[in-house]
Parts: sequence; C-alpha cells; structure tokens
Amino acid sequence: MNILETDGERLLRAVRSLLEGKGIVSTEEVRERIAVTDAASPGQGARMVARAWVDPSYRRLMLADGTKAAEAAGIMMRGMPPLGVLENTAEVHHLVVCTLCSCYPRAVLGYPPLWFKSAGYRARAVRDPRGLLADEWKTVIPDAVTVRVVDSTADYRWMVLPLRPAGTEGWDEERLAGIVREGDMIGVTVPRV
Amino acid sequence: MFVAGETVRVKDSWPEAAGPVHIRTPHYVRGVVGEVVRFLGDYPNPEDLAFARPAERRGLYHVRFRRGALWPEGRAEDDVLIEIFEHWLERP
Repeated sequence: MNILETDGERLLRAVRSLLEGKGIVSTEEVRERIAVTDAASPGQGARMVARAWVDPSYRRLMLADGTKAAEAAGIMMRGMPPLGVLENTAEVHHLVVCTLCSCYPRAVLGYPPLWFKSAGYRARAVRDPRGLLADEWKTVIPDAVTVRVVDSTADYRWMVLPLRPAGTEGWDEERLAGIVREGDMIGVTVPRV
Repeated sequence: MFVAGETVRVKDSWPEAAGPVHIRTPHYVRGVVGEVVRFLGDYPNPEDLAFARPAERRGLYHVRFRRGALWPEGRAEDDVLIEIFEHWLERP
C-alpha cells in the first residue's frame, strides 16, 4: 500500500490507534492539543504586549524568556518550541520571516497568515524589507531606524514587542491589547491608535 | 563555543550538492562574516533529526549580518539576525 495515496482520515485513525495502543499519546492528550492549537490567536500575543507596556517587570521577563512570559499569561507552552521576543525601540525595527519554510510563533499568534508562507514575502523580506513594508503594508520605517530582519531558521520562534504608540497614555491593559494586531507582532505593521 | 560580540564566518559549504540533506543554514549567508549576538542553547542537530538518525545536541547562536555584506542594494547599516548552529560557524 502506498502511504501517499491512502485515505487521510483512515491513515489518521490508524496512527492515532497505534499511538494509543503503544502508550505514546492518549486520545485525551490529542484532543487537548487540538483544542490548544485551535484556541491560539493573535489575541494572546496582544495580551502579552499590552501587559509588557504597562508592567516593566513583565516586559523584562518577556525579553529574557518569552516562553516563561507566555506561561505567566496563561498560554500553554508545553511541547512548544522556545519563544523569543524582539523589542522594537526608537533605534531598531524588527521584521520576522522564515525564509526556509514557515516557522511562526503559533503558540502565541495562532495559525500563520497565508502571506507569511508565500515565496514572495519570504524572498523579499530578507532582500528588500523596506520596499516590502512600504509597498504591501504602507509601513514606512524612518531612515534613522535600523531595520533588523529576523530569519527564523531553527529551533526558536520569534515575536515582536512593538513600540507603544503615542496617544495611549493612561489606557488599561485590555484597551491596549485591543489595538495590537497580528502584523504588529511580526513587524509588517506598527500599532496605531 | 563562541561568545557574544565575536566575529564569525558561516562555512562556505554546500552539502546539498552531494545528495539529500536537511539544512537550516540559508544559502544567502554561506561564506559571509557576521557577529555572534547570543547563545540560544543546545538543540538536536536538525540535519540528523530530519532523517530519524540519532541527533547530537549542538550549540545554536543568534548571528547578526550587516545587510551590506549580504546584498548589494538597500541600506548597508540595516541587518539580518539568523539562528546558526555551531558546526556551521568558523573563526575567520
């Protein structure tokens, strides 16, 4: 039998029953993992960003150990690749790409958007990041700011801690989280009020 | 072992020319000089892991490359930060 031509559902059932039969993964664990994966969304990363904006000690934790910071925000990181957080400053703007495939911080941002996996984004992000951001997202990074492209090539997953925009003074965490979008945490856009 | 701030060169090595491989070192940094930013920990070598072979743990580093060392266009002062395994790095 050719495994590539086997009915996917049937193959999945067979693999799951083998995993359970051999005591490797239980049905309950598979169900739990599917639930965690489906629940992951940019809203989780946005909550972390908002908390880092108002809580300096959380910001320090987030930059030192993204995995611990995600867990502190109630996000399940068990079995997930380590999470690294890159802080945008007045001097440096980070842009995340995976030129080799589509590595994405799924635990905190959910499924990657289709464009993140496209050959066009992956090629142009490393070759011409300023042009890419300006043309596709109308994001213009001032010349005085270094554009640092982060090519996610190995075991880490990377998210961006964007700059808190002016005009949000006094806002609480929930309101701040509401303005943080998926693209802000990849670096293709910046949060706006 | 390399330390933060150290100048390193990515090996100008092309094992894919010899047969099937799984390599996490992008083509565009092979042979290019960069700077170690930080050590990221030890991870099983993906080049073995991908083929279900016993995978030794290898050091992983965040290495920064000046854009000008990689591409002719763009602002030379911008940079690219990449995870590179220790066995791909050498002292220039």
